[in-house]
Amino acid sequence: MPKNTSTISRRSFLRGAAIVGAGALAAAPAVSRAGGQSESGEELATLLDLSKCIGCGACVMACREANAERYPEPTKPFPEMFPARVKAEDWSDKRGVDDRLTPYNWLFVDHITVNHGGEEHEIHMPRRCMHCTNPPCANLCPWGAAAKQDNGAVTIAPDICLGGSKCKDVCPWDIPQRQTGVGLYLDLLPRFAGNGVMYKCDRCQPRMAEGKLPACIEACPMDVQEIGPRSEIIAKAEALVRETGGYIYGIEENGGTNTVYVSPVPFEALEAARDKGKDAKGHGKGSQAQQQNQAGRPHLQPVGSPFENENMFAAAVFTAPLAGLAAGALKLFRKARANHEEES
Amino acid sequence: MRMRTLLFILLMAAMAVSGFGQMPIFKRYYVADLPGMAWTADYYFTHAMHYVGAAILLALLGYAAARLAPVAGRITLSGWLRIVLWATIVATGLLRVLKNLPDMHLGPELTLVVDITHLGAVMALGMTALAVRLVGKSAYVKISRET
Ligand code: SF4
Ligand code: SF4
Ligand code: SF4
Repeated sequence: MPKNTSTISRRSFLRGAAIVGAGALAAAPAVSRAGGQSESGEELATLLDLSKCIGCGACVMACREANAERYPEPTKPFPEMFPARVKAEDWSDKRGVDDRLTPYNWLFVDHITVNHGGEEHEIHMPRRCMHCTNPPCANLCPWGAAAKQDNGAVTIAPDICLGGSKCKDVCPWDIPQRQTGVGLYLDLLPRFAGNGVMYKCDRCQPRMAEGKLPACIEACPMDVQEIGPRSEIIAKAEALVRETGGYIYGIEENGGTNTVYVSPVPFEALEAARDKGKDAKGHGKGSQAQQQNQAGRPHLQPVGSPFENENMFAAAVFTAPLAGLAAGALKLFRKARANHEEES
Repeated sequence: MRMRTLLFILLMAAMAVSGFGQMPIFKRYYVADLPGMAWTADYYFTHAMHYVGAAILLALLGYAAARLAPVAGRITLSGWLRIVLWATIVATGLLRVLKNLPDMHLGPELTLVVDITHLGAVMALGMTALAVRLVGKSAYVKISRET
């Protein structure tokens, strides 16, 4: 696979800037008061130090409280959909579910018991949208309903989304969750196109616009999370890893994200334990049961950059018209010269 | 039919399928269930395919633009209409490709306008092309006696 040079150069630049500027930046307030933008105009990222998380779930409660008024209120009965294979997705009667992602639960805590270095660790991992730096959900959304904001948060506009679930299909972690019976599709061709609205963490955009911190960050008694300019967050994560001998997830995944986890246990071990844990709970074996059981619970596998092909083809897309123009002009020039020679 | 025309029609078909494939419709409407058509529901594949097709199409359009420039004075009304639509499709398409580069960022509002305009111009061009063909006025340039 060809390497994506621009990402690499940006990343190494960030890394360099992070190392040089770590000290100086630490003094600056992480988030400015206006619009949740970093003072430098850089995207904001969050750092989650998993060694601090006690799995109390205060963050989940805070998220639900802060965002309750943005939860979907579907109209029932749902319009019948065509063809019949298109199923409604209804979470409105299961609003209490808080151990997975749903349209009514944008954050959950994955509890993982894992053996590492001869010791048993109890790791609690708050999971929600990673806020990718080049998000496939937004890049591939056919309506522009999913979008990356200037502050680095990835959002889905509930009044534009048609609920086709493409964002979920292209998200490596299946983050966005659908609720049928709400949104624009009801006003268009509810039987034939669309199926509701997709919901996920938007890093508390309404709160951040008021200059407040995201609810989950503010509510955490252990200060597990912090938010700041991406370069600063990466520097902090790397310093934490050096200090504690921990492991990082999120800086490189999916071409880079604005959510960086630091864990005392390697993420491969967490992923393996997470998988086994689900199986051992007696939810049944077999890939379908397993998949069903993992739904709404993002994995921890390595994720490569999704747009390497496109980034390579983009260069061809930009040079092609010029090449065509040049070829056409050359042809005209040759014809003119031939005419001229004929005349003389 | 000339080979050139056939290839162009195939290219346009590929662009239409990969473009409309950006909407979640081929799976819903069983197209992806037809043997050999599963790729129509693979968003990453159709997306890359749209890029490759776009590069070929843009080279052809660049060539056509250079050839049309000297006879600009003789371009027909329906020719101009289609040229404006082509230009809109190209401009919005290039903006979308630009936006998808890792270090690029267009605001969400602009992205929405770009997306809808791209789709709208494609539909308008398709309908215009069909209409001019039906009424037999598909020539871009008025035929003059000298040529
Ligand atoms: S992140 Fe904080 S609030 Fe959330 S479960 Fe962990 S300790 Fe509790
Ligand atoms: S984690 Fe998924 S939903 Fe969130 S920004 Fe990345 S691709 Fe989009
Ligand atoms: S940032 Fe806001 S929306 Fe996202 S998980 Fe935290 S509280 Fe929920």
